[in-house]
Amino acid sequence: MMDLLDRLFTLDGTGQLLGLPFVQSALVAAALLGLVAGVLAPLIVARGMAFAVHGTAELAFTGGAAALLIGVSVSVGAVVGAVFAGLVFGLLGLRQRERDSVIGVVLAFGLGLGVLMISLYDGRAANKFGLLTGSIVSVDSTNLWVLTAVVLVVLAILAVVYRPLLFASTDPDVALARGVPTRLLSPLFAVLIALTTAIAVPIVGAVIVLAVTVIPGAAAARVTANPLTATLLAVAFAELALLGGTVLSLAPGLPISGYVATIAFLCYVGCRLVGRARGQVRVG
Amino acid sequence: MTTVAPRGAREETATAVTLRGASLRFGERTLWEGLDLDVSPGEFLAILGPNGSGKTTLLRVLLGLQPLHSGSVLVDGTPPARGSRAIGYIPQQKALPEDLTLRASDLVGLGLDGHRLGIGLRHRAERREKVRAALESVGATRYASAPVGRLSGGEQQRLRVAQALVGDPSVLLCDEPLLSLDLAHQRVVTELVEQRRRTAGTAVLFVTHEINPVLPLVDRVLYLVNGRFRIGTPDEVMTSGALSELYRTEVDVLRVRNRLVVVGAEAAH
Repeated sequence: MMDLLDRLFTLDGTGQLLGLPFVQSALVAAALLGLVAGVLAPLIVARGMAFAVHGTAELAFTGGAAALLIGVSVSVGAVVGAVFAGLVFGLLGLRQRERDSVIGVVLAFGLGLGVLMISLYDGRAANKFGLLTGSIVSVDSTNLWVLTAVVLVVLAILAVVYRPLLFASTDPDVALARGVPTRLLSPLFAVLIALTTAIAVPIVGAVIVLAVTVIPGAAAARVTANPLTATLLAVAFAELALLGGTVLSLAPGLPISGYVATIAFLCYVGCRLVGRARGQVRVG
Repeated sequence: MTTVAPRGAREETATAVTLRGASLRFGERTLWEGLDLDVSPGEFLAILGPNGSGKTTLLRVLLGLQPLHSGSVLVDGTPPARGSRAIGYIPQQKALPEDLTLRASDLVGLGLDGHRLGIGLRHRAERREKVRAALESVGATRYASAPVGRLSGGEQQRLRVAQALVGDPSVLLCDEPLLSLDLAHQRVVTELVEQRRRTAGTAVLFVTHEINPVLPLVDRVLYLVNGRFRIGTPDEVMTSGALSELYRTEVDVLRVRNRLVVVGAEAAH
């Protein structure tokens, strides 16, 4: 038992590892991902799209697996898979019930297909698992540029549509009456999620993309109703999970996904407790 | 009826809403046709009728969300446009998620400029002042910073009035805003709407299936039933004769202590 804990939580040589270029690239990548995931998270939560994000992540995995099999860039495959899923979820079923079942259907099919393609792939096993569990080694300098570009594009689009998007996400009926093009914003938002998911999958893995794109928003919503504060908190939680998870995973040499998910989960539990303690005093 | 000149009204626009020969069809089904209607500034028009008679669809036409099949429509002198500043909109009260990341002031602020692009860093002081004034006008200052999801239905509906009025509209569209409110809160919301109409001369189009809470305020009624309609004062429209003709069946309208009781209309559609 103690051996296991020692193996999981060690900082032996972490300092040395932090000096390595690939580790530094990974930290930059984690920081960029945390920024964009944190900004999107409160909107994802307000729109009730956690399941859609999960579905998108699984399709990014399918796309990545297909790319692996046919020998093209995994990142490209992940982006194609995620954007495809995002568009399908964004265009189909605006009603919650219908949307959930469509996501379930597409997710199951995509996951099955992805696992099949992974099994057919004869290359390095690390590549296979990387898509599911994430791997910081996957971040090289080319990827870092792609990542930076994607983050800038997502943030730029958000800067333009943020207000109507917030309106449509939190108060859809009145937003529609006020002339917000809610039907256009849904697929656009789905594409933003898809791009973010696609860059997240190689780093944290398809299985726990939710840890960085949903948990920070859900946690922030427990402690504040101010949209700006919620966004800043969500970014802080996402950064804490991603950077903290990366650093903790270095010395043990294990995938970062478990560390990231655990930190994010603890943020959520902490926020729930704070929210509950405050909830005793009724606001307003 | 007294009419007050609305703020910002142009000389040539004498009416807040104008419909001429308006008809609306979905496939084979005609919701209404040949509708001519002029709503004056400061007028209170109640829109009544059974479910599916096209009450809400009429509001959608005025909001620019639904084109007419034929005829013409003007709101504040111009054809309806999405996001028009001339219109304020009050929806039904609906439960909001408890952890929705919006404060009361944010909800009202979105009514002012939520449809505009950008993140809203400019004109913040001016915006804050308008939101503050709107919250004050509905008596919601006390919970301006409270999460909207934690407020009561009545409190939320006050905010809906502030959200609709913060943009200083000349036409106020209300889509069953009293539904699922208790009597005390129905009165509060009705009084706030009435106050706005008196002080700013805002025309009010009030969709409702229950006329009694607003009966003292209503100037005219537009009653829609299965493609037919009748426009007139409550005394003209809310009669056994007029409603029997609309419903094409025996309908009785009884007056009990200044309340109207319509008997027989429920079974007719």
